[in-house]
Formats: sequence, C-alpha cells, structure tokens
Amino acid sequence: MAGTFVSTKINGDQTEFVCQAGETLLEVLRNRLGLTGSKEGCGTGDCGACSVTLDGRLVCSCLVLGVEAQGRKVNTIEGLADGDALHPLQSNFIKHAALQCGICTPGFLIASKALLDRNPNPTDEEIRFALAGNLCRCTGYDKIVRAVKATAKDLRKK
Amino acid sequence: MANDTKFRNRQFKSVGTRPPRPDGLDKVTGRAKFGADTFAPGQLIGLVLRSPHAHAEIKRIDTSKAEKLNGVKAVITSKDLPDLTNGDRDLYDTLENCMARDRALYDGHAVAAVAAIDAPTARKALKLIRVTYKLLPHVTDVDEAMKPNAPLVQPRVYTRGVSPKPKSPSNVAKVSEFGHGDVEAGFKAADVVVEKSYKTEQAHQGYIEPHACLASVGPDGHGELWVTTQGHFIYRNTCASLLGMEVAKLKVTSSEIGGGFGGKTHVWMEPIALALSRKANRPVKLEMTRDEVFRSTGPTSSTSIDVKIGVKKNGKITAASAHLRYQDGAFPGIWAMLGAMTAYACYDLKNVKTVGYDVLVNRPKVAAYRAPSAPMAAFAIESTINEVAAEIGMDPVDFRIKNAAKEGTKSSYGPTYGPIGIGPTLAAVKKHPHMRAKLEKNQGRGMACGFWFNFGGETCTDLNIGVDGTVTLTVGTIDVGGARASLSLIAAEELGIPYESVKCNITDTGSLGHNDMTDGSRGTFSSGMSTIFAARNAIEELCQRAADTWEISVKDVVWDDGKATAKGKKHKKLKPLSLDELAGGSPNTGGPIAGHSQIVADGAGVSFASHICDIEVDPETSATKVVRYTVVQDAGKAIHPDYVEGQFQGGAAQGIGWALNEEYIYDENGRLQNPGFLDYRVPVCSDLPFIDTQILEIPNPNHPYGIRGVGETSIVPPLAAIGNALSDVAGVRMTHVPMSPPRIRKAIKENQA
Repeated sequence: MAGTFVSTKINGDQTEFVCQAGETLLEVLRNRLGLTGSKEGCGTGDCGACSVTLDGRLVCSCLVLGVEAQGRKVNTIEGLADGDALHPLQSNFIKHAALQCGICTPGFLIASKALLDRNPNPTDEEIRFALAGNLCRCTGYDKIVRAVKATAKDLRKK
Repeated sequence: MANDTKFRNRQFKSVGTRPPRPDGLDKVTGRAKFGADTFAPGQLIGLVLRSPHAHAEIKRIDTSKAEKLNGVKAVITSKDLPDLTNGDRDLYDTLENCMARDRALYDGHAVAAVAAIDAPTARKALKLIRVTYKLLPHVTDVDEAMKPNAPLVQPRVYTRGVSPKPKSPSNVAKVSEFGHGDVEAGFKAADVVVEKSYKTEQAHQGYIEPHACLASVGPDGHGELWVTTQGHFIYRNTCASLLGMEVAKLKVTSSEIGGGFGGKTHVWMEPIALALSRKANRPVKLEMTRDEVFRSTGPTSSTSIDVKIGVKKNGKITAASAHLRYQDGAFPGIWAMLGAMTAYACYDLKNVKTVGYDVLVNRPKVAAYRAPSAPMAAFAIESTINEVAAEIGMDPVDFRIKNAAKEGTKSSYGPTYGPIGIGPTLAAVKKHPHMRAKLEKNQGRGMACGFWFNFGGETCTDLNIGVDGTVTLTVGTIDVGGARASLSLIAAEELGIPYESVKCNITDTGSLGHNDMTDGSRGTFSSGMSTIFAARNAIEELCQRAADTWEISVKDVVWDDGKATAKGKKHKKLKPLSLDELAGGSPNTGGPIAGHSQIVADGAGVSFASHICDIEVDPETSATKVVRYTVVQDAGKAIHPDYVEGQFQGGAAQGIGWALNEEYIYDENGRLQNPGFLDYRVPVCSDLPFIDTQILEIPNPNHPYGIRGVGETSIVPPLAAIGNALSDVAGVRMTHVPMSPPRIRKAIKENQA
C-alpha cells in the first residue's frame, strides 16, 4: 500500500515523513521519527500518556492520524525545554518529586502546559479537572498538582 | 564492622534530605528509555494470538497460511516452546501460562505468535492462523469453583496442605492454616461474638506502561533481552530455563519501568519474544496492547472471606478466626496463604486461627499486587473490628489500641515481633487533627490499619571510585520510584562525600551478580544494606592506601567524614587524606579502588500503617467522593522523604480506586467485559484530594540505618478505611468491594426496609 507524504512542523522544525493511512500520529512520532517521549499507555485515548498539542490544542496522539499533521504544528515533550533551560514545569516536577516511574510524566507536562497557557492562575480544582485525562498510577496526583501550582506561581512572578 | 547489620543510631548528613533524583531530567524531557523505547537494526514486530474462550481444548492450530504471507518471518505455537521444565511444577505453570498447550485456560491466554517485518503484516498474519477449539465448561467465581460439581480448571492439581493426600484433583490448590491458642474456648469466653462475610472483586495493578520487550537470540545460543521488569535477573533465569539457554549467555537489560506494583515480577510474553527471535534469527520487538495487559497479565485475586471475632465487654479480644478463599487464576499461587498470614497481624491475640484456600478459576494467572493479598484480608478484618467495637460501645481507635500487637507479641502468623509500629501509628491517629476536623453534611469518617511483612533477599552491589573522586554505584535492583536517589544518599552518607558526587546505575545481568526482584518493599532495604557494605569495603581499601602512603599500619587509620585520618599522637603530623586525594593517587598506589557486596539481606522489618478517610456520599445517587485522606506509616528510616511520601500517597490512591471503582467484570461466557481504562476506571486527578502523610521512624534493628521498606503497606488499609467511613455516613456495613454507587444504594435501601 502506497504511503502518504506529510509535511508538518514538529517542535518548530520543518519535518517530512511518509506514513500509511491508518497510522496514528503517535506511531509516526515514535516509530518513524524517533520521538519516543510520547508514550502509548492504552491506544484508546483514555490515559493521556501520548498527549501532544496540535496547533496549540491538547490531543491524544493515539487518536490522531499521522496524515492529519499535514500543514499543522505539533508540539511534543521533546520540544518543551528551551535548549539547556528546562521549562519551569519540568524543573518543578523534579523539585516537587511529581514523578515516580515517569511513564506518564511527558503527558502530564504537555497537559499542564496547555492548562497554564490558557489559565495562568488555576484553582486546585481547575488543575485537577484539566489533568483528569492523564492517568498516573504511582503518585496519587498529590505532588503533581503541587508542582503545577508552584509553576503557575513562578510564571506569574515573571 | 564490615557486614554488621545491627542498627546503630547516628546523626545523618545526607540521609533524610530531599535532593533532586538523578534520573529526573531524563524523565521530564522524554529522554528516558522505557520498555517500548528501543529499536534494533533489522528488528521484526511480534504479535500474539489469544484465546477468546474462557476454557477450551485446542484441537488444532493451522499456521500454514500465516507462514506463507509475504513479510512473515516466524510463526510459533507451544511446539516451539518444548517442555524443558524437568518436573519443576511452578516452571511448567509459567511455561503453560506463556503459551497454551493442549487447553486454553482463560480469555486472553496466548495460543500462537508471529513475527513480521511490520505491524500491519503481523496483524494480517494473526488473522490467517486457524485455531480449532472445543469449548469446555468454565468457572470464574471463587465460591462457585469450590463447589463439588464445578468444572475442573487443572486436572493435574491435587489439594496441597491437607491430610490425607486427596485421591482426586480439585480446584482448591492449597489449604494453609495459621494461628495459635484455642479459638473455640476463646469464643466461649467472649461476651459478644460478631460474624461477617465479605467479597472483593478482582483488581489490576494498572501500571501505565504495557509490557514490552526487544529480544534477540542467535543460532549460537547467545541472546539479549531488553525489557520492562521489576527483576531482570529473575527474568533471565526463568527465560533461560524455558528456552534451554545457558544463563550466562542471555544478557537481560532492564529498561526504565513504567510502573509494576507486582505485575512485572512474572514473565509473560518475554519467552515468546525470545522464541520468535530464535526462529526468525532476527531481533523481535513485542509490545502488549492495554487489552492484552488486562486480559492476560497479573490481576490480583477476587476473594470471599468469613470473619469471626469474640470480645469481652472490657474491649479485649478473646478469639478471632477467618476463612479466606482467594482465586489464583488458572495456576496455583500463594495468595490465600498470604491473606491468611496477614489477616490478624496487627493484633495481639491469645487465640487466633486463619485458613486460606487458594482456588483455581478460568481467569488470568494472579500476580502480586502491592502487599499482595493483604488489602482484602484487612478489608474483612478491619470492617469487622469496627462492628465489634460498636457492639461493645467502644471507640474504634481505642479498641484497636487496646488490642494492638507490640514488641514481644507472638504474631498470628508465627514469629514474635521485635519493635513495631502499629501502636505508634494508632497513637498518631488518635492525636491527628484530621480526627477532630468537622465533617460536613453527608460526610463520614473511618480509619483502618494495615500490615505488610517486607522482604529481603539476594543482593549484589559494586561501588567504583573514579580518579576524580566521584563514585559510581552499580546496583541490580530495579528503580521503581526514586531508589537511585535513595541509594546515592546512602553511599554518600557512608563515604562522607556529597550526594552529587555519586552516580547510581542499574546495570544489566552481564555486569553484576544475581539480584532478586524489586518486590516486597525490598529495593531500598536490600540494596541500601548492600550499598553500605560495598562502601565499607571500599573504605577498607581507601584506608589501606592511606596507610601505605604514610607507611604506617592500617590499624592506625580510620575513615572519618570523607577522609582517611591517622589515629594517635605519634601520627599527629600526618594530614588527613580525602577521598579525592586518595582517588587521584590511586594509579600509583595499587590501581582502581572499588567496593563490592554480595549478601542475602535478612531481617526485613515488618511494617504497619493506619489511615484516616473522610468520604461524602450523594444522598440521591450514592456517588462517593473522598474529601480528606491521611496516611500514617512507620518507615523505619526515611532515606529520601519525598519518595517515602510518594509511596504512601500512591498506595493510598490505588487502594481508594480498588475500594470504590475498580473491578474485573466477566460475562456468562467467561469473557472479560472491561479490558480498557475507559471501563476499568482507575482514579483520575479530579477523583482525589491531597493525601496527607505522616512518616514515623521506628528503626528496624536489623538494618544499619534502621530501614524497613515502605512501598506496599499503604495499599492495605484504604479498603476498610473507606468501608468504615461509609458505615459512619450511611449507617450501612458494606461487605462487597468495590463499594460502587449501585452497591451502596442497594445496601442503604435494604437497611431502610
């Protein structure tokens, strides 16, 4: 079966790939482009481990087809830090021990950034509902919510 | 001094601080490599065909069409995994669980597998495999499976633990009895006797990372396996045995692990990946889907438990018994035995008896799930304890304090306790502001206790000192949630150097001696102990180098605060030599400086916790919400308190999910109806409150730093704490987990009627 040529921007970089019609964006990122920071936890959009943004909108990349990235902007965990400067969310996740195994962490960081981009001063409840699409089985979410709160505070000071 | 395990009180410099973890940056940038994150040149994609039937004879498997499909490089069935187990029953069970032989024993049991050039080809090939099944009667419920006319799951299983040896096979694989005293006399002496029966449904560990591996085996008998696991040395030994390989020729490298909680202590599809690779003579990558994880890997047991407790009006328990029926899935396990051992471990009982029944059903092979088997037993016992306290009009915390086990108590499962934390956790609960906080309308409060043994076991550790004075700590226990930080703190403490000077690596099976799994809360206990010994071994060498440099006897050299120091007035002109200086000089004083330790870490300290829970119940829908939660647990010694708190919080969250939502649902055909995160609903962020923690430190006398192990106990109390809170708010005793809205509503209605 002939593949489809796709031209897109991933983390600001012009990127081209060929994929099959049925291939998900997550499969393309992981298997064709070597961007394995996005994880597959379920493949059905229930766990959020594959969270990326598409034109700024938070999506599960396992529910997006690779061909849908044509002409769009994709942002993944690999593009969150600015060179050697971590995004404040990344530093705060480490500082607040907001990760144990770390498999859900990329998805949480992407979802948290999407939240703070649209709401710089979220309440605890707003944080909890914004992150309700991301499953973590290790932490009980306590330290994740604290890390996001701390980041919102840090960013507001800037 | 070297391998002295005795706890010695000391002032810590590094231990107990909260530095950033060494693997943090990799994990927040997406760089950390988990099970599915590696690729090999020329790799194939493996997929597994699974039985859609709960119980069926496999009459024939026709793989010919699949084999002919372009791009398919190997198709295997059980014939490609011949029986090399040599009478080892447990190993044969593992083999049969990896790939069905003459019978499929549960929905999801593997029956064949393919390796192809890509996933679409492998998927096509699976569809071309024809399996002819003859359906057999099945049983999935633990009580049904114990009935005399129940379908037999394993004709080769005869009940163990009964005398005389049975003449016919049975679904009851094992009967285990524990206790002491005379329970019948104890019940007779009681003023009040309470009897209750409970059921708990099957829950899954629910790690977010599905099982994944990359296997590469050549016709020369050498192989490599990259895999997400809690114990790569155990995986190596098991896989080598099943495939007829030599242990030294199979190198297993553990990836970062995306959660395990006991579910990654058993091999599942790794032998299949190796067999596919051997047949294709190419590397094979095998990743499970979430559906496969639920249908075919390690859930915990569903259970049915009867409890009887007798008490005097003064609050002293006179006798306690329990009959605990746990299903093991389709293969014998030790799960009811562990339930029977842990059931009454929190209490000081004169007369106690527990009987566990390990029962086979047509469900996936049960695996450990965080303090395996203890939460269900605790649900039954701790719920009944509250009922008993209510019967005699005593406060449930006071009642527990009156009957709590203490140092010198003969435990219900045999050993006599040393210093333990149940009393202190209860005292902390009694004093905790949470217990006095005001409850809003429709809210109730409950508390409960929990116990876990903690394990030790085989451990091997290397510590190498670099020429610049930095230290490489090489360990063989998997880091499931911050252990590299804790072990680095321990090495820094022992050597007297900064935490930042230590780099801890988890190494592959080719580079270190055998290490048991990271299970039983043993990671930081065992590798911590082994790290201390490896460091002391290196210190001996450092002192020798200093003695040689100074040309004095090594007996006159001590290691103090990161430096070799010469003792006594006669050496007072000798300036202490730091680790940096000794390391820098090492090329000229005898070469590399290293420490090594190979031990069986004995003396794991038992662990106790008490939890407090506030719950709100919607009066119309019976929907529940945990509004406040507190964990009090004895850690022995918290090496890195952030990650100790994390273990407390994570276990509590898993327990809350199990208590309220999580449940395997089978239909009448024995097919799992909810093998996905949409319908098997684990707690999400908006379901939970902040989880408050209080770390107690009652040192384990058998560990140099007093460490007990902290990973598991936190999942034990939540089921009962929530049951007791529901009883407080709704006036009903919930006896069936999960305590879902329909079950709560039914109980309230029955109570009103």
